[in-house]
Amino acid sequence: MPGSVVDMRSFKEIEQLCKSSDITFPEAVVSLSCKEEGKTPEAVYGLMRARLVDMGRSVEEALSGTWNGTFARDQSADLSNYMQKEDPISGTFLLRASQISMSVASYNSCMGRIVAAPTAGSCGILPGILFSWKERYGTDHEGLLGAVVTAAGIGGIIAERATLAGAEGGCQAECGAAAAMASGALVYLRKGDPEKVSHASALVLKSLLGLVCDPVAGLVEIPCIKRNGSLVSLSVLCADMALAGVRSSIPCDEVIDAMASVGRSLPEALKETSLGGIAVTPTGRRMAEESERMD
Amino acid sequence: MVSISLGDIIGPVMIGPSSSHTAGAARLGKLAAVCLGTKVISVDIYLRGSFQKTSRGHGTDRALVGGLLGMSPDDPGIRDAFAKAADAGLSFRFLSEDPDGAHPNSARFVMTGVDGKEMEVTGASTGGGAVVIQEIDGFKVGIKGEYPTLVTFHDDVKGVVASVTSMLAAADVNIAFLGLSRKSRSGTASMVIEMDNSLPVSEVERIIQENRAIKRAFMIDARECC
Repeated sequence: MPGSVVDMRSFKEIEQLCKSSDITFPEAVVSLSCKEEGKTPEAVYGLMRARLVDMGRSVEEALSGTWNGTFARDQSADLSNYMQKEDPISGTFLLRASQISMSVASYNSCMGRIVAAPTAGSCGILPGILFSWKERYGTDHEGLLGAVVTAAGIGGIIAERATLAGAEGGCQAECGAAAAMASGALVYLRKGDPEKVSHASALVLKSLLGLVCDPVAGLVEIPCIKRNGSLVSLSVLCADMALAGVRSSIPCDEVIDAMASVGRSLPEALKETSLGGIAVTPTGRRMAEESERMD
Repeated sequence: MVSISLGDIIGPVMIGPSSSHTAGAARLGKLAAVCLGTKVISVDIYLRGSFQKTSRGHGTDRALVGGLLGMSPDDPGIRDAFAKAADAGLSFRFLSEDPDGAHPNSARFVMTGVDGKEMEVTGASTGGGAVVIQEIDGFKVGIKGEYPTLVTFHDDVKGVVASVTSMLAAADVNIAFLGLSRKSRSGTASMVIEMDNSLPVSEVERIIQENRAIKRAFMIDARECC
């Protein structure tokens, strides 16, 4: 009976629960998650708290070093040097988020200990946004808890309706999902209502539909690290747009369904096989050949 | 409905760079060692499909060896797992094979334990750090390590399933999933029982003692495999 039952995993369901029970987006996510997993709210919050601690540690460890991969040079420090000398066009909050995001993604490429959010290849975006926020507004981990749960809830909907695997859906499913999760988290941190959380996510995902997964030489380096560093911009901008009252004409649940369908339509060459996109440019090919010689 | 844990969306906590080629590889090695049940002292690891190409870039080889040493996917020791293997007296070799129908991210472990026990385990990394043990000593099993799992190898005779499941009921253990396979009629059979709660080692020993048809049984505790 389509239309007569509420989807088990949808923004629609979360928004309805928020309204009917007068609770926040993350409270609704925790409530639904407890029902499904048979856990207590304390257990879910405890797990999310632990993830935040791990994420914070990964940010600290990443920022404490320079993590050059096989081909990718860690350029995150260039951003902080630039910020000290110039007034960045994109603003210091965003540029710091980008620096943290690239640093964590570089650390990941060098076997650093990170938190997949939602995947290892896209592990920089959410900590970039959350920990730039933490520095800017002086909040503690507890102040970020609702935001990380919001992000997890959004990722859960994408996992349920589409996919979070680059091999199945392209990079829209990895960095795209991460940017949507981070954008919704920002709206929550700015006390935007659940509807605005979903509009922010929809605005991000619509801008990234079809983004391909095309790692050079099969490594999680190029273009992954800089994609982590640049897509934080959409998280920030779409959060502001949603907070300003800009609405996505297409509901987020439908955008995610479209994302699933686009992912299925993408040719295999553009889904983590390194047979298309950036991976097969002349420079990408040269790196792949060099990588073969190293083995 | 598929239920996805929030801890799988924000997580796992892992050594990078790849959930399937690094985190999944570590988990696979760890599960293989848990199946053997004793310290592994020597292993031949047959890499299949992508695993043959992801060792240098994704640390698949170190993650597999780290897992065999008991390391979890978030253990920084994975980075120098080869040196740690030497310290622990584990000798290993990497070989390649591409049998028909093999999972693209998989490996076959031919292991010898400190007590001389030998076991062959084949498993695959199925994405997001999740794994499945596909075969143990030639038996198709399908163990994901998400639930406490009891594995038995027994003579293919009447009553073994009834006897084991009634002992589980008596031990207040609920069965989530149950699989049975055999190589030939009246030969050796294998049973994989995934349960909602764990079974103490003493109960596993009692099951072996009280069923003469059971040649071998062991528990895989999901918590050990994360």
